[in-house]
Amino acid sequence: MVNLLSEGGKQLLLGNEAITRGLIEAGVGFASTYPGTPSSEIGNILEKISSDAGIYFEFSTNEKVAVEVSAAAASSGVRSFVFMKHVGLNVAADPMMTLAYAGVRGGMLIMSADDPSAHSSQNEQDNRYYSVLALMPMIEPSTPAEGRSMVAEAYRVSEELEMPLLFRTTTRMNHARGIVEFGPISERKTVGHFDRDVKRFVNIPAYARLNRKVILEKYAKAAELSEESPLNFVEGEGDVGVIASGVSYAYVKEFVSGVSILKLGFTNPLPEKKIADFVRTKKAVIVAEELEPFVEDQVLRICAQNGISVPVYGKRTGHMPRAWEYSPDTLKGIAGIVKVKDFPQPMSVPKMDLPSRPPTLCAGCPHRGMFAAAKRAAGKEDVIYCSDIGCYTLGVQPPFQAADFIICMGGGAGAAGGFDRSTDQRAVAFMGDSTFFHAGVPPLINALFNSHRIVMVILDNRTTAMTGHQPNPGTGREFGGVSTKPIDIESMVKGIGVEFVRTVNPYDVKAATQTFRDALAFEGVAVIISKCPCPLELKKRKQLAPAVCAVDQSKCNGCGTCLKTIACPALFKKGGKITPDPVQCIGCGMCASVCPRGAIEVRK
Amino acid sequence: MKYTVQIVGVGGQGVLLASMVLGNAAMQMGYDVAMSEVHGMAQRGGSVLSTVRFGEGVTSPLEAAGSADMILGFEPVETCRSLPLGNRDTVVLMNLDPVLPSMVAAGFEEYPPVGSVVSAVRSEAPNLRTIDATDIAIKAGKAVAANAVMIGAMSAVEGFPIPKDVLLRVLMEQVPEKFRDLNSKAFEMGYQAASQ
Repeated sequence: MVNLLSEGGKQLLLGNEAITRGLIEAGVGFASTYPGTPSSEIGNILEKISSDAGIYFEFSTNEKVAVEVSAAAASSGVRSFVFMKHVGLNVAADPMMTLAYAGVRGGMLIMSADDPSAHSSQNEQDNRYYSVLALMPMIEPSTPAEGRSMVAEAYRVSEELEMPLLFRTTTRMNHARGIVEFGPISERKTVGHFDRDVKRFVNIPAYARLNRKVILEKYAKAAELSEESPLNFVEGEGDVGVIASGVSYAYVKEFVSGVSILKLGFTNPLPEKKIADFVRTKKAVIVAEELEPFVEDQVLRICAQNGISVPVYGKRTGHMPRAWEYSPDTLKGIAGIVKVKDFPQPMSVPKMDLPSRPPTLCAGCPHRGMFAAAKRAAGKEDVIYCSDIGCYTLGVQPPFQAADFIICMGGGAGAAGGFDRSTDQRAVAFMGDSTFFHAGVPPLINALFNSHRIVMVILDNRTTAMTGHQPNPGTGREFGGVSTKPIDIESMVKGIGVEFVRTVNPYDVKAATQTFRDALAFEGVAVIISKCPCPLELKKRKQLAPAVCAVDQSKCNGCGTCLKTIACPALFKKGGKITPDPVQCIGCGMCASVCPRGAIEVRK
Repeated sequence: MKYTVQIVGVGGQGVLLASMVLGNAAMQMGYDVAMSEVHGMAQRGGSVLSTVRFGEGVTSPLEAAGSADMILGFEPVETCRSLPLGNRDTVVLMNLDPVLPSMVAAGFEEYPPVGSVVSAVRSEAPNLRTIDATDIAIKAGKAVAANAVMIGAMSAVEGFPIPKDVLLRVLMEQVPEKFRDLNSKAFEMGYQAASQ
């Protein structure tokens, strides 16, 4: 079993566990996040162990706030760590950009967990460019072991420069596992003091102009640190050089032979002299990095400025792809230039029809009831379903098809207002409770302010489900020695001034359908709150009351209405009859609520 | 020596536990270990793949297509889908108990007869071994121990680099105390079934 607080030894750790161990060793006193895959495990671990580790930790309402609270801690001399998924940094970009001007006093790392191949994301943006945009130095680990060891080095650099650093990871680092040797645990400072320095921390135009010069000086100093950094090193020998960073390094190291590798862990600013010296002695150079040609373009520029005419192969030459994450197979693209391990001929998938297995909403998921109710109430009306980021994204699948437009957290409600104003269609927005607190309040206010006629559905399942059941303002918190009361969504919505506010039980699909009808008929902003805890969360807490649905086979005529409207994975169709699977069924009764023959009953 | 096991199945079948047992056992043997797991979306009833690599100088958490030494298939259709992870020399150890996808359960798609999945897999993979892991687990006490059956069966494969006793010991370390008897029994039955 993993124990991140142990004194020493080695353990097989997930990248995110290794980073957390790094925080413990580096004396971090303050941490904040908004959950997002592939960064979420760090928060789940800190929720459990932050008290024992002596670290203050919070789930902030969104990434922007998470950066702000950590910025204050670091400005007061407490080492802080703020972490999020890549798209979360878009939300946090505003404070980050100016925080870079002010800098920090205690070390601060901003972790961006990027997701090449968009395993659980809506895009595969390359956040390394944020480090250039913000003039913020960047560190990139390649393996779980480096996830631990680079944290301490990153804090050292952050404090030497008095700047926050970007700590950039990717899914195959966060969710890789490897052997991690533990180091000693440093002393932890958890209480600091904020010493006023208006010229530094108040970036009014007059001071911002001065701080622009300061940050450029710090950036120049960072370039010197990058040149000397132990995180940038050369290994192996060969006429051909490979410049590699992130997980690409692991693929090159293991599967390419006879090359010299310049391994980059301090990737902004790049060690320009080290790169020039490396490239100059080579017959050819390959740049191996996922996503955009971030390093490659700078290598080309460094070559141009230094009069080096060594061919540089990578994305610009078409040898390496720009889309999707890399794997050992990606190296086949450079097999004509270097020696890549011969991989055996793969077997084929036999030619037979295999059923699909997409991720689906769980058995008894309350979202099912709300999608079913919305579709029934809308009937033939042309409704645009604006959805959001969370489990309910899965409503895009049949039979619900209740997602026509998804862009970002809170984006569905904003878009619904725009559709209302610019089309003659009706707009319904679905969003979760955590998303409502994260980014759902401003678009709701916007709809009222600008008189948009929308139906906003808040799917309050009493947790942040998709990322692994983190608490949110609607649940209150009960960890790390801090206890707070839940914030009531209905009172909030009423407080804003919404006149149509109804709270429904999503398991009663009939009643929910009627509420939807009323909401669709309402001339203004209508808010429906579906309040029902996530059954997975209840199962985890051992609070799920035992119940199952039973079908009276003498009444069931196999019409399939339950399957077509609720599509619960606990419902099986065998020999024209419906049979609930007692292992999966939680007895929520949604199927009973839609059965036209009253053939299904809930047995407690 | 380097060895790669690709473990495939469906969320909830214990793929991650099996990969943790294998990875920790490899670490105890003194090997370098690199693994990769799929989290997030894939856990909502979707397919799950876990890559476990161990040996001297292993760094990469992923393996190239065709390069698996073993495919540990917890579910027939998922095993079938994952064959390109291995080559004709790869040992494919496949549980015969299907987990029906929701669209199949609802009657909108069909699950092929397991016998035809076995023949199709065998036509590609000459080193196929099948095992009734779920049935064996039920006989051992509970269906959830199917992953322990699979781990036991894996340890019976000729030439597998990690000895049976190491795998069993690590399995006992990874499961809660009250489930140790069940898992130990299931492991042993899996070993016996695969040794025949």
